[in-house]
Amino acid sequence: MAEASTELLTTADGRPLKEALAIAQSRAKRRAFLLVLPLLLFVLLTFLIPIGYMLKRSVEHDGFARSAPALVEWFEANPGFDYANPPEEAYAALVKDLTFMQTEKLTGLSGTRINYTVPGTISLFKAGARAAKDLQAPYKEALLAVDAEWARPALWRGMEAASSKFTTEFYKVGTDNKLGDNGWERGGDKDRIYLYLFFKTFLVSGIITVICLLLAFPVAHLLAVLPMSRSSLLMILVLLPFWTSLLVRTTSWIALLQEQGILNDLLVWLGVVGDDNRIAAMYNMTGTIVAMTHVLLPFMILPLYSVMRVIPPSYARAARSLGATSWTTFRRVYLPQTLPGIAAGSLLVFILAVGYYITPALVGGADGQLISNLISFHMTKSNWSLAAALAAMLLAAILLLYWLYDRLIGIDRLKLG
Amino acid sequence: MTSQNDAFVAFEHVQKSYDGVSLVVKDLNLSIGKGEFLTMLGPSGSGKTTCLMMLAGFETATHGEIRLDGKPINQVPPHKRGIGMVFQNYALFPHMTVGENLAFPLEVRGMGKDERETKVKRALDMVQMGNFINRRPAQLSGGQQQRIALARALVFDPKLVLMDEPLGALDKQLREHMQFEIKHLHETLGITVVYVTHDQGEALTMSDRVAVFNDGRIQQLAPPADLYERPENSFVAQFIGENNKLPGVIEELTGDKALVRLATGELIDATAVNAKEKGGKTLVSIRPERVEFKAEMMPEGAHMIDAEVREIIYMGDILRVVLRVAGADGFVMKMRNTLGQTRLDPGQKIKVGWHPQDARALDPM
Ligand SMILES: Nc1ncnc2c1ncn2[C@@H]1O[C@H](COP(=O)(O)OP(=O)(O)OP(=O)(O)O)[C@@H](O)[C@H]1O
Ligand SMILES: [Mg+2]
Repeated sequence: MAEASTELLTTADGRPLKEALAIAQSRAKRRAFLLVLPLLLFVLLTFLIPIGYMLKRSVEHDGFARSAPALVEWFEANPGFDYANPPEEAYAALVKDLTFMQTEKLTGLSGTRINYTVPGTISLFKAGARAAKDLQAPYKEALLAVDAEWARPALWRGMEAASSKFTTEFYKVGTDNKLGDNGWERGGDKDRIYLYLFFKTFLVSGIITVICLLLAFPVAHLLAVLPMSRSSLLMILVLLPFWTSLLVRTTSWIALLQEQGILNDLLVWLGVVGDDNRIAAMYNMTGTIVAMTHVLLPFMILPLYSVMRVIPPSYARAARSLGATSWTTFRRVYLPQTLPGIAAGSLLVFILAVGYYITPALVGGADGQLISNLISFHMTKSNWSLAAALAAMLLAAILLLYWLYDRLIGIDRLKLG
Repeated sequence: MTSQNDAFVAFEHVQKSYDGVSLVVKDLNLSIGKGEFLTMLGPSGSGKTTCLMMLAGFETATHGEIRLDGKPINQVPPHKRGIGMVFQNYALFPHMTVGENLAFPLEVRGMGKDERETKVKRALDMVQMGNFINRRPAQLSGGQQQRIALARALVFDPKLVLMDEPLGALDKQLREHMQFEIKHLHETLGITVVYVTHDQGEALTMSDRVAVFNDGRIQQLAPPADLYERPENSFVAQFIGENNKLPGVIEELTGDKALVRLATGELIDATAVNAKEKGGKTLVSIRPERVEFKAEMMPEGAHMIDAEVREIIYMGDILRVVLRVAGADGFVMKMRNTLGQTRLDPGQKIKVGWHPQDARALDPM
């Protein structure tokens, strides 16, 4: 027997066994691959390519590099020039490029690029480009006569950085840094909008996750222990929100909670609050939290339910028979076994909440906006690169969270339903 | 046998209904003595688990009273009853190690760490699982989990331990071994055990007394030997062990001796058990190993009837002879496979008989 295994095994018709096996398997593999191909293409087209494109946009912008060839060349030849006092040749190149931009209609594009890091430059570029073709040497005085802003060191720093196609500047802006005359610096208090909003988004998502968990736990438990007929009815109630338009649900909350809404009317009628100080529960953070909790609740209930359903009642009975009170039984035996569900539900709700856009946009007012609303704002303003950088930061944060989850709980224990 | 008053566990007129329409347990009266090993045996759905759950406190009796050590426990919550319980699926907490599982009942009783450790160790040694203290239940085999479940039910020194088909998931060999161990623990610890099983062999080998359940009632409550040899009704006779049934009518009744005329006209001897009137229908039950076919083995004057050999099944230690008796196939006789044993052949005509006390005239079902 031992010698048989060392010599080459062949099939009945004399072909080597390995080869025959490979042929047989490759056919099966090809068939399997063809079956998943449509899905693969779909995922590629709708998911990987857009995300890849977004990540690329967040580090790439050739608006200035393309429009200012002379300056690009000059910056390359003169690294580390004096930003506070650029020489005449630099101004000559700038004027040449401004003329080029005017004829090629690239002013807006390059101005927008510089505007990311040095706000207020679009109009400066437009005016400069219009005047450029009439300017005579010495160009420095001539251009400064058009607008003294052209001497700002920050502007020269910005232009030098923008002369390369690839940049990390959008991330610097996205983390509240500012390009000043002396280089990049932390923004002042009033400029710290992005990090603050990130923080606020995570905080609000955390609050929503906790509220969802507290509300979902008893519901999921009830679903798991009720007899089939009644639990399916309850399940329909849980799923009902999925079958209703998000817009309808959100506007219902507006109708309920706004200052002239049903809840306030009721409270005023009951005399709990006065007519002149109605509770403001809409168009602020409260509104965002209430409406988003409602929207995301099923995403907490379902993973919890799927975990609770398979916990046999004999565990609780065993604990009780061993002398544990019902509270101890819950805390020591039931709760630990629901942890995978809690973790899965919390992860899901938190990630969904962090990226939620529509509900805060509708009911958040000024105070209830989250980071995704700001991303959307930059997209509408065509600040694609900044929007992409902010979105990439959000993505990174979520991946970090996912990694943490995997480390602490194990992704294979994730149960979503 | 214990009387109702000094019983350790007593069910009195207990009834149970889950749906308010039908009774799952009908008028249960049962008293279990201290240190007794009582088994509830019965077909699926006969209400055994329900009785156990009522005793453990997970179901409430619809009617009647359950007493533990003289005190009514209907209102006592499960965790205050101090009853150890072993479940069919073991119910070991999957997120705790073996040691933590065993320490759990001690912890909730507020026992100190040192005492806990000694007790856990002692309980594990008792089931020969001392080396497994840091394993998780998922890392144990079925038999090992079973031992841990047993140790956990015993670690807090309960006076009463309930076991609901604890060996149901084990293979035959392991089951027999565990039966022995459970019995041994019962004897050394002096605990009272209420044991539920489907398996009559298990019930007969382990118990002091067996309560045979059917249809929510105890059909017979007796020590194993009585149950096998003196079944009180057809259900018990049929449920426990193998059994030949001959339907007939009581022809003569003198004391507890009955003469039964079978449908085909033959007369046989039997002991009247619960067929008490002359002319009444009855079902005579005879164990296969008590059937004789040699006239010299029969007592004086006992009846023998004609039989035709249909089939002989060789089973090693015994030979199963399937006969046609009184116009019906399927009458079984067991012959010891000894050296000088008479050889029978299919088609052979013989006569069979039995001692009158081995044939029991029971209710006609
Ligand atoms: N929780 C329940 N709700 C409703 N009916 C039940 C419930 N538990 C048991 N029953 C019914 O009560 C009857 C007795 O059940 P029980 O579990 O006591 O039987 P058992 O003798 O333990 O059977 P098995 O040997 O199969 O375990 C069955 O007809 C069962 O359908
Ligand atoms: Mg049962």
